[in-house]
Amino acid sequence: MVTLDNVSKTYGPETAVAPLSLAVTPEQTTVLIGPSGSGKSTLLRLMIGLLVPDAGAVMFDGEPLTSATVQEARHRMGYVIQEGGLFPHLSARRNVTLLARHLGWAERRIDARVEELTDLVQLAPGRLAQRPDDLSGGQRQRVSLMRALMLDPAVLLLDEPLGALDPLIRADLQSDLRAIFQELQKTVVLVTHNMHEAAYFGDEIVLLRQGQIVQQGPLQALLETPSEPFVTDFIRAQRQTLFSSDGAS
Amino acid sequence: MAARYTSFLSLSRRPRVCRLRAIALGHLLLLLLLIAPQTGAAQTGAAQDDSGPVTVGSKQFTENVILGHMATLLLEDAGLTAQHRAELGGSRFLWEALQRGDIDLYPEYTGTLTEEILTDDEVTPETLPDVLATYNVQMTAPLGFNNTYALGMRPAQAERLGIETISDLRDHPSLRLAFSNEFMERGDGWPALQQAYRLPHQEVRGVDHDISYQGLRSGAADVIDLYSTDAEIDAYDLQVLEDDRDFFTEYRAVFVYRADLSSRVPEAPTALEPLEGAISERRMMTLNRRSKIDGAHEAQVAASFLTEDLELTGIAPVGTAGRATRVWQRTVEHGLLVFLSLLAAVGAALPLGVLAAKRRALGSGVLLLIGLTYTTPSLALLALMVPPLGLGFAPAAVALFIYSLLPIVWNTYTGLRDIPEPLLESAEALGLSAAAKLRLVELPLALPSIMAGVKVAAVINIGTATLGALIGAGGYGQPILTGIRRADISLILEGTVPAAVMTVAALLLLEGIERLMTRHRPGM
Repeated sequence: MVTLDNVSKTYGPETAVAPLSLAVTPEQTTVLIGPSGSGKSTLLRLMIGLLVPDAGAVMFDGEPLTSATVQEARHRMGYVIQEGGLFPHLSARRNVTLLARHLGWAERRIDARVEELTDLVQLAPGRLAQRPDDLSGGQRQRVSLMRALMLDPAVLLLDEPLGALDPLIRADLQSDLRAIFQELQKTVVLVTHNMHEAAYFGDEIVLLRQGQIVQQGPLQALLETPSEPFVTDFIRAQRQTLFSSDGAS
Repeated sequence: MAARYTSFLSLSRRPRVCRLRAIALGHLLLLLLLIAPQTGAAQTGAAQDDSGPVTVGSKQFTENVILGHMATLLLEDAGLTAQHRAELGGSRFLWEALQRGDIDLYPEYTGTLTEEILTDDEVTPETLPDVLATYNVQMTAPLGFNNTYALGMRPAQAERLGIETISDLRDHPSLRLAFSNEFMERGDGWPALQQAYRLPHQEVRGVDHDISYQGLRSGAADVIDLYSTDAEIDAYDLQVLEDDRDFFTEYRAVFVYRADLSSRVPEAPTALEPLEGAISERRMMTLNRRSKIDGAHEAQVAASFLTEDLELTGIAPVGTAGRATRVWQRTVEHGLLVFLSLLAAVGAALPLGVLAAKRRALGSGVLLLIGLTYTTPSLALLALMVPPLGLGFAPAAVALFIYSLLPIVWNTYTGLRDIPEPLLESAEALGLSAAAKLRLVELPLALPSIMAGVKVAAVINIGTATLGALIGAGGYGQPILTGIRRADISLILEGTVPAAVMTVAALLLLEGIERLMTRHRPGM
């Protein structure tokens, strides 16, 4: 579905992604995790073509992502970011339907889809008429998710979707999200720096450090057969902070 | 007289400065010529049509305006269609307008022609008609009066000191002299006069002409320069000193007209003949006084002169419509000028602002160029528009258009640049094309900033448009100009108050448009 083939990316002198290859398993949730600067967000942005790799190729459905194909490909991907991705000049509903309208969907089809999604993300329908600034952080992320799912994309990319939420709302949305992922059976790539979240969502976990994959596999594998001491250190450090501070991004 | 009224609009006064400006703005002018070729051509072409109305021009002072009205009334009386572009500017400006054919004739003074306009030619009063002919210009016979420089004093003081001639001043070196700034500098002004009469005076101050009268009356000055038909001589009963050495050049009033007028509308020069030799200095002074001091409209003063002195009947004084009609007429002129130039500016500035925001290298060039237009004072910009576009609506509209660009371009630019990065990325990640992204996301997000720019442009535009009256575009500037000239506060208010009202109305309207545009993205 989404494959990175020997991809590298530098920002000036800094290496964000060293040459790496990664194949995202279809219909599963893959979590990209690592300390800050490990390149996890960069990987996600490479997948949706917001960044162009310096070398290597990003493949989507067996086709390389190029300026000619990227727009079409994006219609089959949903992208949710941590905060601030909703357009403040549009109501929540318009945010969700913007692309469908632009693509000329019939009004009835749009309405049906919005109704479906409202149910799915459990948003009170009255919220749709409001502008993003009048919604709570949790509601905003539910609307963002609706927007990402509007065209029923094959792949869902989420960059720290819970990162800016306070703990109670976060726990709520976290369980809702997992339910949604399980119900939809979509290919999901989720970026987080939080091991707890990774364990909660991830069918497969990709641990990154300095733009390189340290280990890739189910949580069990990372716990039981760490590829190097860093894996154990990273997991242990996160466990220690689990009960002190968990909400910071 | 004519000469000293050379206005700030005269392009010839500081030729070097103007030339630099002209070069700096050369490419801009080119751009404008490309933008507005039709309107420009229509405007300048009008006076050169084979038929069409006879266009009379006049300078920016009472006497010249009265003479302009006289000519217009006489032409109409002869059954011709005539229009009067009153208060256009200074001598140079009128002369150039005549050369281009923006106007067909205007009242001029022989001294101004020989001393100021035809300075490159060897010209004497006798050869003047022949030299004018080389410019395809003809002149009528003198109208009678000589509006030349003169020196004046309070009559009581003059009598006490026994001063009747300029030579008499030599015996009174302690008198305080106050001359208009132009007279202080002119070749035929104070320095030459002092030499010719060997005047010993040390205390000579340069002041504004209108202020010098007040200085004389209050006793702050003892001798001032005058023009021999000034209304104030009559009104304040001043003693005019005799020019006993014939120092001052003659400034005989005449009409100059385009040579092609004789063939195009042969009746026109003939229609002016009754004025030849018909106005004495004393009479002109009274006419000036009636308008300038007593506040009568120049057109009415001209009409009553024609009726009383030339015994013409059926002369209809023009331009005496009621205040409401006048204000309405100017509102239409002003509003049209502002609306069209602003609309064109929005149309041009939006793409330029988008370009500036999207193409960084090109963008900074665009912003710089647009910024440069603002370093040109609005008055100079107006003046620069006249050579290529003629007089009237077109040059004013184009100048206002240029002036409106900056706030809109800059605000479009900053509005687009200030959009937070996550929003731009979200729009891109949705899979919107660049054009759709701009239309659906970026421009709506930049709208408050863009509209703020449009509002600033509108306010500047309404204010600057009042200067349009200087080049015959009419509008609220017309009463302001006349009001300043006649020191008539109520006339000035007749222009400024409606301009303020229009500004408020424009802001409310734009506010409404903005609200409509924001609300018209329905929530559901």
